This record gives sequence, structure tokens and C-alpha cells, in this order.
Amino acid sequence: MSGGGPRPALPADAKADAAAAAGLRGEWQRLHPLSPLVRTGRGLIAIVFVLLIPGAGSRNGGGLVHLAIIVVVLAVGVIAWLVTRWRVEGGVLRVDSGLIRRTSERFPLSQIQAVDTVRPGLARMFGLAELRIRVAGGGAKAGRLAYLSRAEAEALRARLLALSRGEAADAPATAEERTLVSVAPRRLLASIALSGAGVTLELVLAALVVLAILAPGVAAAALSGSAASLVALVLVPFRRFNGEYRLTVAEADDGLHVRGGLIETSVETIPRGRIQALRMLEPLLWRPWGWCRLEIDVAMQKSKGRQDRNQAKSVRALLPVGGREQAQLLLHAVFPGLPEERLVPPARARWKSPLRFRYLSWAGNERYAVTTSGRVRRVTDFVPLEKLQSVRLTEGPMQRRLRLASVHLDTAGRRAHAVLRDRDAADARRLLEELPARCRRARRLEGAALADRSRAPSR
Amino acid sequence: MVAGIVPVQQPNSGAPAGGSAPSPSPSSAAGWSAPSPRLRVLRRSEVAAGTACALILVVAIALAAGAAGAVAAAGGACVLVAGVLADVVAGRRVRVWGYAERDEDLLVRRGVMFRRTSVIPYGRMQYVEVTAGPFERAFGLATVQMHTAAAASDARIPGLPAVEAARLRDQLTSLGESHAMGL
Repeated sequence: MSGGGPRPALPADAKADAAAAAGLRGEWQRLHPLSPLVRTGRGLIAIVFVLLIPGAGSRNGGGLVHLAIIVVVLAVGVIAWLVTRWRVEGGVLRVDSGLIRRTSERFPLSQIQAVDTVRPGLARMFGLAELRIRVAGGGAKAGRLAYLSRAEAEALRARLLALSRGEAADAPATAEERTLVSVAPRRLLASIALSGAGVTLELVLAALVVLAILAPGVAAAALSGSAASLVALVLVPFRRFNGEYRLTVAEADDGLHVRGGLIETSVETIPRGRIQALRMLEPLLWRPWGWCRLEIDVAMQKSKGRQDRNQAKSVRALLPVGGREQAQLLLHAVFPGLPEERLVPPARARWKSPLRFRYLSWAGNERYAVTTSGRVRRVTDFVPLEKLQSVRLTEGPMQRRLRLASVHLDTAGRRAHAVLRDRDAADARRLLEELPARCRRARRLEGAALADRSRAPSR
Repeated sequence: MVAGIVPVQQPNSGAPAGGSAPSPSPSSAAGWSAPSPRLRVLRRSEVAAGTACALILVVAIALAAGAAGAVAAAGGACVLVAGVLADVVAGRRVRVWGYAERDEDLLVRRGVMFRRTSVIPYGRMQYVEVTAGPFERAFGLATVQMHTAAAASDARIPGLPAVEAARLRDQLTSLGESHAMGL
């Protein structure tokens, strides 16, 4: 378990380190020999399962066919492994793969933005890890090295990051980081039990138990009839638990380090500039404990064709559940200098949004806009103005009668959508005029800051 | 620090009450351009064609079902009235549609019932799309649409004369390049 706590400079074992070093010197390196097994793992397990269940009763021929399938699948995996090689040459990481359709991917080390490690359950069983190399500007495109042995992955990660910072490859990994928050499993479990999906599951289970006591026959029928949907119902809360187990957020020079996971663990770096928007959710049932949840939207450019399941996910929890102070700490780390003063809409907006009214407000300064809304749960959206894509003003018939208007702030994120709902119409017009100008100023500031930052490490 | 944002508790009595005047003009300096007048003709002919189809269908069904001639005529009249109403609505929508090119951004306004005004900074434009369907082409019109990284920002200008559409596309593209900003 590499789960929590600050990562020490890893005492990588010498062989793995040597392999990584050889790759960095420009010698072709293969991935770990067990990677075909892990990569085809799930499919293989499914096939073995199919083979075993009817295998007891079936004739020999069926078994042979199954065996042939397994051999073919494994052979394909082994060939893929044989033809996949990587090395670093001239400051570029090169990954060659494919037998018939050769692909050769190149990742300039100077543009590496983050190197993440992902360890699915099966890979952890064999002590393997996947490296994901993200390059600036490339959007969704990421280099994958799946799989390396864990020590090799760690050694390579540290060295690649060092190289990308323009230091010598064997410079000590100066990943100085400050742990901001970490979520206790018990609290995560409680929060999921009180979330929408959790409550649904609990109600269904309670209904089944009651039914089983009153009429066992009917309960059994209902259970067998709805087994598939029940599994789906369990899966949603479980996925959340699995993904957000022991989630730890740490602050470092290159951004936020998010690590966690129960079966599949991952270490991920989120560069600060990549966060498009942040959303804070305060569900009704969490309110007695003052809990909230923070989700961030990370820009992922829409890429054509296939996309990795894990890469496609652009919304992720920064804080699965936490108290006010934890949320404030993270907010401050992600967006320093948030506006404080909340402006509420005019009282006549109550007629237009009776349920939402008590939550409606917005705040803004030169760098950020913060809006709150929500009917039952309170939703707060934080948008850095330099990330704004467009500003829209909308007025419905009801709003016009009440001299109200809404201003939408569109970001590239998928989830977060900040709306200054039901503002005074004249006020909204003024904002429509003023916000784009503020965005320009914010972008200019950000651009200057970025130029400063990119100049600094090259020295 | 917080420039110009004043807490608003009082309804601004001087604010223009949202009446019928279609002028959500956020910028007095910007000159609004409108789609071609031919768009009005195109929309009218579309409505007319739709109405004619519905009329034939309704009358045919009424007669086939063995209804009296008066019933068929009443149905036809209803369709005609609906057609006229649709034409009025379409006309208002065309009238309201407008766009303005400013120094740093493009304004697009649309909508009668639900009015929308979008501000799209040139630097945020990812690509510009010009489409022309068969009917639009017959009228020498084209639709220009701007795309940003945000799915929500919609800026579509229908019914531009083909020449103007091409000019706008080139203009927007060059402005987008000169203002370009990453994500």
C-alpha cells in the first residue's frame, strides 16, 4: 500500500533503477513480462469462468475450443508485449508498439506536465504499476507504459519528472509536498450511505428485508427477478467507495497530488492551471454534520476516436466528503483570493424561483466568480475568470415580467456551470458588459504569471 | 479592488422594463447586424410548405375517415390559423436575431420568448463552421456557427448572405488567431 502519507524518496531496488536508467540512456526497454497477463486479465478471467462452469459437464471438444481461445488471447498479449518498447533519446520519450500497425509515440520531456501512476487491482497483485505521462497542450493524449514493476515505475517517474524540470536524471526527487486533507474511510462510508445512491440502495434493501419477513416466497422471486438491477444499484456506491477510498490531497510545486483508491490505486498530479471550475455540493442529508463535497472539472479536449476510460473522466472529487475547514483549506489552495462578499438577488426573484431563492447568490472579484444555487441541496460553483469561454444573458418570459435576467458563465468543464440566476435585469446587462472585460484582464494576468513560471525553471 | 460591483438590493427603477422593444443592447457602441431579409422569405416559405402538407394530411384523413365536409373544412381552417401564427412567430424570431462584431468579442442575440445574448471572446473561438442546407442554398444563404471549448456557449447566426458568411468566417478566424489563448 502506497496509500497515504508523504512519499519518501523511494529506496528503489537496484535492478529496477538500473533498468530505468538504461532506458533513459537510450537503450530500448521492454515492459514487465507479466503485463500481457494483467492487460488481458479481465477478459481472461471471464473466459476461464465460462470454461469452468459448463466445463464439468461438457465434452472434451468444448474444452479444447476454450483452451484455444485462451491460448490465442494470451499469444496476442505476448506479441503486443514483445513489440512494445520504450526509450528516451535526445530528450524525447519514445514508445513504440504494434505489430501490424506500428505506432511510435514521442513525448518531449520538456513538455511533460505530470506523470501519474495507476495500479489496478490485478496489477497490484503482481506488484506492477502503470505510468501515464501527460504532455502539455496535448489535451487527452497521454503516454501509457503498462505495466512496469512497481519499483521501476517509481524510479522512472522520479527521473522523468526530474528531467522534465531540466535537472539531471539522477537528481534526488524533490517532491516536497504538503498534505492538505485526507479522508477517513469511516466518514466516506457514512457519507456514501447518506448520498442519493446510498439512500436508494438502503431503501430497496429495507423493502426486501421487510418483504422477506412478511412473504419469503415473493421476496425470493423479486430478488431473482431484479438481480441485475440490484447489482447496478450496488455498483454505483461501491465505485465511489472504491475510487475515493483514503483519498489524499497534497500540495506540491507542480500542482495538487491526489492519491487514493481501494482496489485500483492511483497517484495523480493535477496542474493548477488545468482546473476549469470547482463545484461544492452540500446535500440535504449531510447538513447535520456540516459536510460538503468538492468536485473539480479538468479540461480534456474532445479527441476523436477511442479514448481511455480513465482519461475520459474529467470530473473528479477533490474532497469526497469533508467539513467546512477542510473545504476552505482546499479552496484556498486551488483558488487563492476568492471573493467574500455575497450578493443576493432582488427579493422579487422569489416569485420566479421560490425553492431556489434562499440559496441564490453570487460573488465576484477580478479573478473569480462564485455562484450558489440549488433547490434541495446547495451547489456552489467557483469559476476562475480566465477560464471563461463565453458569457450569456438569458431572460425568460417570467423573468422579463419581473425585470430579472440570468447570466451564464460557460467553462470548458462538463459539470460545473455557473449561473448568476435571477439578477436584476439592468444589473445583469451591466455584468454582461463587464465580465468579458474582467476575463480579459484576468487572462492577461494569468498569461504574465505563466510566462514568469515557465521562465523560472529553465534557468 | 472589487471594481464597480455594488450590492443590489433595490430594484433599479430606471431599468428598462422588459417590454416589447427588442433591444437588449449591452453595448451602445456596437452596431447590430441582422440576417438577410431573405431569411424572412425562407422561413415564410418553410412555414407555408409545412402548413400545406399538414393541410393536405388533415383534410385527407378527415375525408378518408368519412367525416362530413364541414368537419374537414374546420380542421383545415385550424391548420391554416396555426400556420399564420407560426409565420408571425417565425417573423419575430428573425427580426430579433442579430450579431455585433466588437473589438474583443462577438455578440449574438436571439429569441423572442426566451431572450439570449451571448458574448464570445474571439480568443476563445475554437473553430467556425459555415453550413448551408439545400433550402438555404436555394436562397443564397448560409449559417455561421462559432464553437468554443464550452459546449454550452451557442453562437449561431442563420440566414447570412453567402458572401457575408464567408467574410464573417474569415474575419472571425483571423481574429481568433490573433487573440488565441489556450484552454
